[in-house]
Amino acid sequence: MNRALLTGDEAVARGAWEAGCRFAAAYPGTPSTEILESLATYPDVYCEWSVNEKVALEAAIGASLAGVRSLAVMKHVGLNVAADPLFSAAYIGVRGGLVIVTADDPGMHSSQNEQDNRFYGLMAKIPVLCPADSQEAKDFIKSAYIISEQFDIPVLLRLTTRIAHSASVVGLEDRAETAPPNYEKQLQKTVLLPAFARLRHRELILRFDRLQAFTEKTPLNRIEWGNPELGIICDGVAYQYAREVFPDASFLKLGMVYPFPAGLVRQFAERVRRLAVIEEVDPFIELQVRALGLTVTGKDTLPRTGELTPAIIRAVFGQQISEHKAEIDLPNRPPALCPGCPHLGLFYALQRQNIIIGGDIGCYTLGALPPHNGLDTCIDMGASITFAHGVDKALANQDPRSRIAVIGDSTFFHSGITGLLNVVYNQSNVITIIADNRTTGMTGHQDHPGTGRTLMGKETVAIDLEQLCRACGITEVVRVDPYLIKETRNTIRRLLNIKKPAVVISQRSCALISARPGAPKKVDAEICSGCRSCLALGCPALSFEQEKALIISTACIGCGMCVEICPKGAIL
Amino acid sequence: MNLLVCGVGGQGVLLFSDILAQLALTAGLDVKKSEVHGMAQRGGSVTSHIRWGEKIHSPLIEEGTADIIVAFELLEAVRYLHFLAPAGWLIYDPLTIAPLPVQLGLVEQIASEELEKRIQNRLKKSLAVRAFDTARTLGNPRVQNTVMLGAVSRLLEFPDDLYYQTIKQLVKPQFVEANILAFRRGQELVSK
Ligand SMILES: Cc1ncc(C[n+]2csc(CCOP(=O)(O)OP(=O)(O)O)c2C)c(N)n1
Repeated sequence: MNRALLTGDEAVARGAWEAGCRFAAAYPGTPSTEILESLATYPDVYCEWSVNEKVALEAAIGASLAGVRSLAVMKHVGLNVAADPLFSAAYIGVRGGLVIVTADDPGMHSSQNEQDNRFYGLMAKIPVLCPADSQEAKDFIKSAYIISEQFDIPVLLRLTTRIAHSASVVGLEDRAETAPPNYEKQLQKTVLLPAFARLRHRELILRFDRLQAFTEKTPLNRIEWGNPELGIICDGVAYQYAREVFPDASFLKLGMVYPFPAGLVRQFAERVRRLAVIEEVDPFIELQVRALGLTVTGKDTLPRTGELTPAIIRAVFGQQISEHKAEIDLPNRPPALCPGCPHLGLFYALQRQNIIIGGDIGCYTLGALPPHNGLDTCIDMGASITFAHGVDKALANQDPRSRIAVIGDSTFFHSGITGLLNVVYNQSNVITIIADNRTTGMTGHQDHPGTGRTLMGKETVAIDLEQLCRACGITEVVRVDPYLIKETRNTIRRLLNIKKPAVVISQRSCALISARPGAPKKVDAEICSGCRSCLALGCPALSFEQEKALIISTACIGCGMCVEICPKGAIL
Repeated sequence: MNLLVCGVGGQGVLLFSDILAQLALTAGLDVKKSEVHGMAQRGGSVTSHIRWGEKIHSPLIEEGTADIIVAFELLEAVRYLHFLAPAGWLIYDPLTIAPLPVQLGLVEQIASEELEKRIQNRLKKSLAVRAFDTARTLGNPRVQNTVMLGAVSRLLEFPDDLYYQTIKQLVKPQFVEANILAFRRGQELVSK
């Protein structure tokens, strides 16, 4: 068998392809993005960036009911957006297997929270599989399709960042033949009118009971006997860490964490002297172990936030850890907007104005930090406009500060449009600024409805934001180029005074995907007065040395924004 | 083998670790490699954990157990010193890249001499490799990572051919030659 080094994400893609998956939909989100990027390189599987996760899952339900194996992929918070169809999908069931991949982010490397999506299984009554490396990621997705079709139920495959972004060795196999598509009306199964839904819920419980019997016997859950002194129950990457810390202990490794294999756990607990659950973030397994009346060590000692590491587990269990301490006084190196990023110009234009700014999620969220201090919030995708709307209604004319929302183009398509409609319908004085950099920047430049291209590289209609906003009922829609800072600022100021909903489309391609606008700029040290005004732009190509501004020529892309803001004309 | 790579977003840390991990796989070993993409990458500090051997469980290297740390930048070298095993080697490029808060004058930088002193005080085995400067004299600062690879190859037991083969496998054809040259130059920077 051919072996390859694949990340968990690439292994999921490989597994879906080997399983004969023919439809896959996703909205990008770290750490799940690379799954569809990888799957789209395989033949005979339709792949798309959907407009958001709810759309992706609903489309995958459609494809499943049309008889093909289908896949919906998202990051953990994406499943909140897709939660509505998730619960219905459990009632309805499947025709072709339906697998939903959620990639959780313990430690919040690139997320606004670290929710534990294993709990969605409990709430929606669907099985949850948690692989512990890339080989399992590939194997489990194939098992997931079999379970989905055997039990007429969607299956949730849960990755975490360490699984999704770690590479390990995977054996490659061929693609399986699957049945051709076939759609049939099945009213009582697929129309969730209350009368039918009641039947489906009862039926779901029956399917769930059969799954309960399955989880006790499946090889997805396995016991590895070692020393009976300590028995460890674990899942996902925590298994790898625990194996390393306790090479001799006995293990119950759960691949299918829900439904919970209570019988297997009891059997394991009886034969070990001390029982521990090692899992990341929330006590999902532990709660169910405790419900059996067993005594167990778990989150009473292990951390309830952040990622685990072998050293954390060692420390908690009283093993010796390295005495070397990290140097703690070093300056941090936080992520930053890129040299020549159009968001820099927009945030500079927003400085020193009397405003309340709802922020959103994307590269531009970094505008909340110094030197911009340009956003008041980052809540969830789409929440900039709706937040500003709520603030406006609450403050009414009790506060002179204008209400502004800043939202990226991909985020606007994802979940900003409904908020904008609400602003128009309920008439709040919110100025919405769409930071339109013509791509989904944060997650690595994926296409979206505004770019005119699909994930599979086909040309398509590029949605015109201006027309879209007008169709939402906004009469004041203005397009600006954020590289032209004064003009951008003047436009925003003008709109702040008209006291009605308006939209500014701040349009300029992401600096990483467009041609360099010009040759690197230079500071004339004779003219530079050392006033530091240019540093307020926050451009990483701008620095300060010996009381003069300095442009790092290898970083500068020649956008010219600093030329415009230098009060002395010292930058050329 | 536990090998930790660190640097700054955009320095080619990820390609460097892809090459090493693939090489270990081709050599018939079990390999795991772990890194974080996304938000963390926008000019922030980047790390990659690579482990190979008979059988590897954890994708993460524990503090105090790295056999080798490869640092593409001085501040990042010091940031991860505590990962090094007592008998481990640090190979670092003494290049410094100021973090944005330093550049903007919000935070004090620590002087290079002070950083180097901390390395000398803490470690017995460290090696400065001017990979960035070397890459620049080769006319392409982007090959800093393969210069570094050449230097690191001196501490590893893989044959040179395996490096050439893997570079050909993972680097775009038009850049293979430049990278192999950089690799050789990196080897020359470190005596056997
Ligand atoms: C529900 C949800 N899905 C996905 C993400 C991941 N994510 C964060 S921002 C973003 C899109 C950013 O694109 P855009 O709005 O165009 O801003 P840019 O990064 O280009 O500035 C994505 C996909 C998320 N945080 N929440």
